[in-house]
Amino acid sequence: MNKPIRMMSILCMLLFAALLVNATYLQYFRASSLDSRNDNKRVRDAEYSRHRGAIVVAGKQIAKSVPVHDHYKYLRTYPQPRRYAQVTGYYSYVYGRNAIELTQNDILSGSDPRLFVNRIQDLLGNAAPEGGSVSLTIDPKAQAAAANGLAALGAHTEGAVAAIDPTTGKILALASAPTYDPNRLSSHHFDKVQKAWDQLTHNPKSPLVDRAIQRTYPPGSTFKLVTAAAALSSGQYTPNSIVKAGPSLDLPLTTTDLVNENGTDCGGPRITLTQALVVSCNVSFGSLGMHLGGDVLRQQAQKFGFGQTYLQGLNGQVPSRFPKHLNAPQTALSAIGQYDVAATPLQMAMVAAGIADGGTVMRPYLVDEVRAPDLSVLDKTEPEPFRSNVVSSTVAHELTQMMIAVVDHGTGTTAQIPGMKVAGKTGTAQSEPSRPPYAWFVSFAPADDPKVAVAVLVEDAGVDRNAISGSGLAAPIAKKVMEAVIGK
Amino acid sequence: MSAAQLLPSVGGSFAHRRRRGAELFLLVLSLVVGIGAYAAVGIGVHGKVPPDIVGYGGGLAALVLVCHLVVRFFAPYADPVLLPIVSGLNGLGLAMIRRLDESGAAGTGNLAGKQLIWTTVGVILFVLVLIVLRDHRRLQSLTYTSGFAAIVLLVLPMLPLIGTQINGARIWIRLGPLSFQPGEVAKLLLVIFFAGYLVLHRDALALAGRRFAGIDFPRGRDLGPVVVMWLVSLGILVFQRDLGSSLLFFGLFVVMLYVATERPGWLVVGLGLFVIGSYASYLLFSHVQERVNVWLHPFAPDTNGYQIVQAMYGMAWGGLVGRGLGQGDPSLVPFSYSDFIMSSIGEELGLTGMIAVLVLYGIIVERCLRTALVCRDSFGKLLASGLGVVFALQVFVVVGGVTKLIPLTGLTTPFLSYGGSSLVANWAIIALLLRISDQARRPPPDLTGGAGRATGEDDATQVVKL
Repeated sequence: MNKPIRMMSILCMLLFAALLVNATYLQYFRASSLDSRNDNKRVRDAEYSRHRGAIVVAGKQIAKSVPVHDHYKYLRTYPQPRRYAQVTGYYSYVYGRNAIELTQNDILSGSDPRLFVNRIQDLLGNAAPEGGSVSLTIDPKAQAAAANGLAALGAHTEGAVAAIDPTTGKILALASAPTYDPNRLSSHHFDKVQKAWDQLTHNPKSPLVDRAIQRTYPPGSTFKLVTAAAALSSGQYTPNSIVKAGPSLDLPLTTTDLVNENGTDCGGPRITLTQALVVSCNVSFGSLGMHLGGDVLRQQAQKFGFGQTYLQGLNGQVPSRFPKHLNAPQTALSAIGQYDVAATPLQMAMVAAGIADGGTVMRPYLVDEVRAPDLSVLDKTEPEPFRSNVVSSTVAHELTQMMIAVVDHGTGTTAQIPGMKVAGKTGTAQSEPSRPPYAWFVSFAPADDPKVAVAVLVEDAGVDRNAISGSGLAAPIAKKVMEAVIGK
Repeated sequence: MSAAQLLPSVGGSFAHRRRRGAELFLLVLSLVVGIGAYAAVGIGVHGKVPPDIVGYGGGLAALVLVCHLVVRFFAPYADPVLLPIVSGLNGLGLAMIRRLDESGAAGTGNLAGKQLIWTTVGVILFVLVLIVLRDHRRLQSLTYTSGFAAIVLLVLPMLPLIGTQINGARIWIRLGPLSFQPGEVAKLLLVIFFAGYLVLHRDALALAGRRFAGIDFPRGRDLGPVVVMWLVSLGILVFQRDLGSSLLFFGLFVVMLYVATERPGWLVVGLGLFVIGSYASYLLFSHVQERVNVWLHPFAPDTNGYQIVQAMYGMAWGGLVGRGLGQGDPSLVPFSYSDFIMSSIGEELGLTGMIAVLVLYGIIVERCLRTALVCRDSFGKLLASGLGVVFALQVFVVVGGVTKLIPLTGLTTPFLSYGGSSLVANWAIIALLLRISDQARRPPPDLTGGAGRATGEDDATQVVKL
């Protein structure tokens, strides 16, 4: 009987080997994927009891963990909650995380592999593990100008501001109205958190949506920058080329005509391209668009970033859109940023930044540095081009001069900064007759040595329809943001 | 090959040492594990060593000392490793149950206190078995009594009044305040019955048969007992909804048939019947389907995988070295103190603790089979190998289920899980194993002298047979 007994020994050994291998797989190889699952209460509890790293802007903490005496040793607090809500996001036990709190969670919570050495030290020293901190590219003055500018339009205002450093791609300001208070979501009183969440999610104005990157709007006349860029790049036009103008443009295949804002004739039947941009002539750019064709416009838009996501550091960026398969009248409408063209404020800031940087669009990023708990720098983001030769440097220079003219004596005079050249473009986009138009302003300054490119969108300021215009509502905010960056 | 190699050790030129000193040393180590874990639980949960550590440690040490003395005087040649392993596992289990008591996993009950009482009962039974049963071969005369008792015990939970259904399985009987799982004792009785039955019928089962595809298949009429056992297993599955025991009993019988007859054909037949039975029960029974679905898709929203998912999270959370006793969250897993105690160990003692426990189980199985190898009589061989295999199967089924290697079936984790019936039955099994190994390792009796018992002649016959 010994042979079968030996055989059974081998079989039993195999059974135990299977158990050992499986346990190793489960507890070692599969552990991190199990740990990162959303409904894993253990990991969440531990994370909430840990000292989470701070989110820092220019040396000041805009999100920090403070010790409290309850079940979870630390409470996440936001000292300037409404100003930075779109950047920090929230950190809620019940509803998870968002924005930087989400995208940088590994480093903030201390589980990032780059913190491995620190974790070993904590283990050996029996210290509680700590998260690392994240420094952002945000300029606090620009952010304040953006948030205050939107807030000054009143509590009903919906709008967004995106500001970029054109030479590096650093996000200098990112604001959205209405905003919210992330402290209400990070609270440890879960019934109150739930109430706050319900209010935020049921609010028809969706305060949790970051309008600067998560919503697209018809860019209106600000899109004429893209059309002008395509025209100049085609080699068929210069800023002084004579283009068609006049009170109206007959749209083929339709019975309607394309008319100018406020019913003007743009200063005559034939004007220069610069003049067309200065007065934001719909007739000129509509006919220009039909002449260039939808494909050329789309390619130019894509070079600026339309149809792509490129933002580093934030979740949920939606791509901007230029429609496919356009007939002639649709092309004319698309050329002036109407019909089905839609862009995020960030995208329009990228258009300005591309022109400002001589034809190179830098990849926008929000996380400047990542630091260990002992403040040693673990990682620093290096600027990189998202796309170069979007336009040639000559065309970029020509566009800049045209945009300066807009601010000097065109529709954008409200953005003038004394003693400095500002390049800009207004926009007032109609969507449906039932809702107020969108007011845009896209600009950069100083025009000869750009430090900041900014796009401002005011969606609904609760003001009279006739009072809504890019120059009236959006340009003053853009001016404040640019001044804040330049230091005036 | 085995006969020639084994002859010297059986023939008497090789004498096993008693090694009781080694056993004592290992027992002290096992106490360090058990009492140390108990202290660590106090430190982990309350930040200080439990105030009753001296009384608790003293009690545990006293139990272990009693076991050791009984073995020393009544089974001096018994295997020196088994008792320390069992004592260590039992101590670890007690500490773990105490830790889960602290987090309120088992409601308000003081499970650790009850488990300590059951441990004491188990040790008393251990002592009784070693003192009363001086030769395991006497059990052979109880073959059919054991078989009958096993059937009665298995049927008991089905009876009205005393049978109770707990957590979906009807495997309990309730006598006043005590609930009892008769299947655990039936397991031991069945091993005795199978061993006795097979010793008598092994020749008929082994020698008549047909060869097909290189495998010796038994005759149709010899399949009778296998089919009966298969039906009994299916009956347990159907009427008691106890997947684990069903698998255990059937696997046990097939393996013992194979060991008795030395015919691999039985394994093939058994495996075939197992596959048919499991597939049929999968098709027929919703609770089997549910178990399989949870196993395959634990995270799917429409399956009820909460328990296994929490167990997996716990073990992953434990990682390599564990959270430390009292510092994890094992009570998130339902039944963390009984069926899922291995996930609690995995969480708080990590993969390291998990492997340590599995290796201890592995050594128990290895010691059982080694005892079976050196045992001189067929009945003892079958008994020891049956007990070893049942142990291996049980650990595989329950730990494999908890770690999601195989679908989950309810079985207790020997010596660790909370539960009186399992603990007491397993202590009795260990006593029986020690008895067999004492018998096997004892120097063969002098056949020329008058010291040999009537069974001495059987021993001599066995040697020739091997």
